[in-house]
Amino acid sequence: MSNSSIQGVVAPFDRDNIDTDQIIPTEYLKSIKKFGFGDYLFDGWRYLDQGRLGMIPSERSINQEFILNQPAFQSSTILLTRDNFGCGSSREHAVWALRDFGFQAVIASSFGDIFYNNCFKNQILPIKISKENITLLFELSTLGPQSFEISLIEQEIKAGNISMSFEVEANQINRIIHNLDDIDITLKNKERIELFEMNRRNARPWIFE
Amino acid sequence: MKSTLYDKLWNEHLVHANDSGEALIYIDRHYLHEVTSPQAFEGLRYKNLVPWRLNANVATPDHNVPTTRGKSFTADSIEDEISKIQVVELDKNCHEFNIQQFDIESPEQGIVHVMGPELGYTLPGMTIVCGDSHTSTHGAFGCLAMGIGTSEVEHVLATQCLQISKLKNMQVIFEGQPRAGVTSKDIVLYLIKLIGTAGGTSHAMEFSGSYIDSISMESRMTICNMAIEAGAKVGLIGVDQITLDYVKSHSSLSSENLNLAQNFWKTLRSDDGAIFDKNINIDVALIKPQVTWGTSPEMTIDFDAKIPVESNTPKDELENFKLAKAYMGLEDAETLKDLSFNRVFIGSCTNSRIEDLRLAAGVIKGQKVSEKITEAIVVPGSGMVKAQAEAEGLDAIFKEAGFLWRDPGCSMCLGMNPDQLKPYERCASTSNRNFEGRQGNLGRTHLMSPIMAALTAIHGTISDPS
Repeated sequence: MSNSSIQGVVAPFDRDNIDTDQIIPTEYLKSIKKFGFGDYLFDGWRYLDQGRLGMIPSERSINQEFILNQPAFQSSTILLTRDNFGCGSSREHAVWALRDFGFQAVIASSFGDIFYNNCFKNQILPIKISKENITLLFELSTLGPQSFEISLIEQEIKAGNISMSFEVEANQINRIIHNLDDIDITLKNKERIELFEMNRRNARPWIFE
Repeated sequence: MKSTLYDKLWNEHLVHANDSGEALIYIDRHYLHEVTSPQAFEGLRYKNLVPWRLNANVATPDHNVPTTRGKSFTADSIEDEISKIQVVELDKNCHEFNIQQFDIESPEQGIVHVMGPELGYTLPGMTIVCGDSHTSTHGAFGCLAMGIGTSEVEHVLATQCLQISKLKNMQVIFEGQPRAGVTSKDIVLYLIKLIGTAGGTSHAMEFSGSYIDSISMESRMTICNMAIEAGAKVGLIGVDQITLDYVKSHSSLSSENLNLAQNFWKTLRSDDGAIFDKNINIDVALIKPQVTWGTSPEMTIDFDAKIPVESNTPKDELENFKLAKAYMGLEDAETLKDLSFNRVFIGSCTNSRIEDLRLAAGVIKGQKVSEKITEAIVVPGSGMVKAQAEAEGLDAIFKEAGFLWRDPGCSMCLGMNPDQLKPYERCASTSNRNFEGRQGNLGRTHLMSPIMAALTAIHGTISDPS
């Protein structure tokens, strides 16, 4: 399987420093599953009542003003935001919630380091572009709901008449394009790891005591 | 070639580097807790894998555990059914995979970042990971320590390695002696205010200078703990005699290994003249006690300063500023002293060590918690901290003042166990994050040092420690 492009409606979130506690509040970290977080994405902003794991949206008090509750954005696949998205807690649940809602890409001027890495393990593409380009895309979004097309091969965003390129490490984007499994890749180096460990055991025996 | 400490640790653990810069790094120690591990164990089962090296792993439940356990409390005693499942699941996984766990009944159980160093599992020069961003704490021992996601927890269990790219080097030099009443918490909050919550992103942040040289391991852990709040997933401090003395008194290494190790540990410092990509110099003598006013750790001010107003806020920060001010309910307040507090929390992986409890107890001795405060709790970071504090009589000081003396856990740092704020309650907290809803839905968190939190308990408002 190969994923060479992402397209769809863009949800613009004009805010800096959206931390992973906002993306998925702590309450939902009590789940021991890897799926089923989509209904709780941005829970504190999306609903007016206090959520609990297991609640379903039809039982909740919806914040109609919140962007993802507006009909035009309910099936967004691309999130547009500002600086330092995903800062704070290491919870991978934040990425699972974005994925389960249907997001495939997040565009920001910077990301929290741990969140950024977690994205690639879950087929979400985090795209870093300059603050100027972010502002350009936000200006475009004020004209009404937009659809972007993102080429993973060309590393390019097409938005209306604008196109802009982005950079991402080849290893990282290949994980998404080819849906690679990290453990499989690493275990190809099994002998290297065993040798390293044997040498380390001799040189630094206290680590293994 | 002069090397930074981070470069040395990186090279020491490099198993393999591919052409594009991504590397396989060997992991010496892996801490686990109940929240970010169940899906990783599930992944191992699904792929029919077992942990690569069992004795690298140490587990304990901390996030979900109630802090009013008392005696003969077991995982089954947890009232919240969903929290119980997570703690029981950690028990099951540790039994199934033979991983050492300090379970909820263990006298050593505690917040994993407090317990680990105390039991000697954190040793200088190690690579240390955990599915928790505050793993940066262990960098205080000259370790390459960082928080990872659950996919990486599974990856480390299965391969004893991480696939990562190298970070850049950042140096923060703290010089001078702090004023009375100023702690390492104030120093690190000041740094976060200065450089912002993205100031250290994509960097390993090394702390040094005469101030760092002069402080205890507990204070150093507080600073490295909050490196992540400055954007750096790796915080670091070079090894010195203070590190060695702490490790010697906490580790159970054989004397042969300890002697061998010490010669190596002494080399774990950045070389003089090593080049950093970013440098920050701070004179700590200028720093007053720091308190957060908003919903991000960078929204910090001197305890007696005016709360920022719209007219002096940069345009690109205005939207966040307005949202934070509204959330925190600051409409009528000119300074933090104008605010009335309801709750006080002394605890968390940032400030629940013995030194923190001594500082707080020193401030409140012989006084009473203000009637304005509905609940003030002290939550020791581990069973060892609790026992030590009780041996010193600190628990009696807290209890006489009207504080509740609790059992170890993450407690009110995050709303995952019964210790939570109610909507609109205002809390003086020694934890690390003042994000919206972090301590409970619509709760209002002000981060500060144990001294400032203890004083707030006594007066019901922010007060001058001098």
